[in-house]
Amino acid sequence: MGRLIRLDRTGHTTLAEWRTGDGSGEERAAAAFRAELERGMVASVSYDDGTAEVVRKLPLDAELVVLRRPIAGG
Amino acid sequence: MSAPEATAPGRVANGLDEAARLHWREDASEATLRRDGRRWTAWTAWIVTVFCVPGVLLLAIEPLTFPAAAICFAHAWAIPRIQARRGARQVVPIGSERSAGRRVDAARGPERVALGLLGDLVGHAQRDLLAATGLALERGGLGVWLIGEQGAILIRPGGRRVDCWCVRVAEQQQAPQHKAPQQRRGSATPRRRRGSATPREELPAGDRVAHLLLALREDELGFAKVANLGFSGARWRVRQHLPAVSRPALDAARAAVD
Repeated sequence: MGRLIRLDRTGHTTLAEWRTGDGSGEERAAAAFRAELERGMVASVSYDDGTAEVVRKLPLDAELVVLRRPIAGG
Repeated sequence: MSAPEATAPGRVANGLDEAARLHWREDASEATLRRDGRRWTAWTAWIVTVFCVPGVLLLAIEPLTFPAAAICFAHAWAIPRIQARRGARQVVPIGSERSAGRRVDAARGPERVALGLLGDLVGHAQRDLLAATGLALERGGLGVWLIGEQGAILIRPGGRRVDCWCVRVAEQQQAPQHKAPQQRRGSATPRRRRGSATPREELPAGDRVAHLLLALREDELGFAKVANLGFSGARWRVRQHLPAVSRPALDAARAAVD
C-alpha cells in the first residue's frame, strides 16, 4: 500500500493512499501529487539503503512518498 | 524499492532543483570543500597575525602601552571565537533555545507527529542520539553530517575539521483564507508578520530537520551547493559553542567518520 504525505504545520498530512492495481485510487493519488508539485513542493522517495530520490512522477510501487518544501541557504 | 544508481559519488540522477536554480554558484565537490577549508584557515591565521603583530610591536617599543596591546590580543582571540560561535549557532538542535519547538505558539501535537516521522526516517540506530542531542546524524560521501533545524555540521574525513552550513526550509506563504465577515477587533485570528499579506506557515521542529535530511539524502553535493558555508575550522572550536546536550552528537559523528 502506498501513501502520499506532505510535511506541513500539522507534522504531516496524508494526502492519498493507494493499492497497486487500484486504478481509481492511483489516479486520485497521482492528481494530488501533481497538484502539490504545482504548488512548488518537492517529492521524495526514501530507499532501504538510506538514500532518497527526487521524483517528478508518482512512483506507484513506493510505500511512502514525502512532499517537502524546497530548501534554501540561510 | 531498490536504490537508484548514482551517476557520480554524492550526485544522483535526479538532483536537487534548488541547486540547479543556483546556476551562478560553483558546484560543490570534495575539492571545493578542501579549498574553502584552506581559505578559512588562512583567514583565521591572517586575523590572528593582523592583531598580534601590532600588539607585540607596541610592547617592544614601549611596555607601558600594554593596555593597547591587550586590546589587540583580545581581538586576535575574540574574532575567530565569534566566527566559530556563529557557525555552531547556525545549526539549531531540536529543543535548543532557538528551536521552533520552543516557540510560544508551538503546538505539542504537531511537534510529536513530526518527531515520529523524523524518527522513522533516521532509523533505529540514530534515533536515540537524535532524542538526546536534537541533531540527526547522517553519513554521506563528504563526511558525516549533523543536521539541525536551520543548518548542518559536516565532519570531514579525519574528524579534525568541521564545516558549518546555514540551510533551512524555504519560506512559504499559506494559501489566503477567506476573510470572515464582520470580523471584530481583537478576535482570535492568526498573528501576521508585519509586511506579510498572509501568515507564514510555521513548521514543527522535527519537520524542519526532516526537510534537510531528505534533501541531503537526495543530493549531497546539491545540498552543499544550496547551503551557505558559515564556518570551517577545528572541531573543538565549534564543540565549545554547541549546547551541552548536543556535544555528544559531535563526538558520535567524529567516531563515525573513522
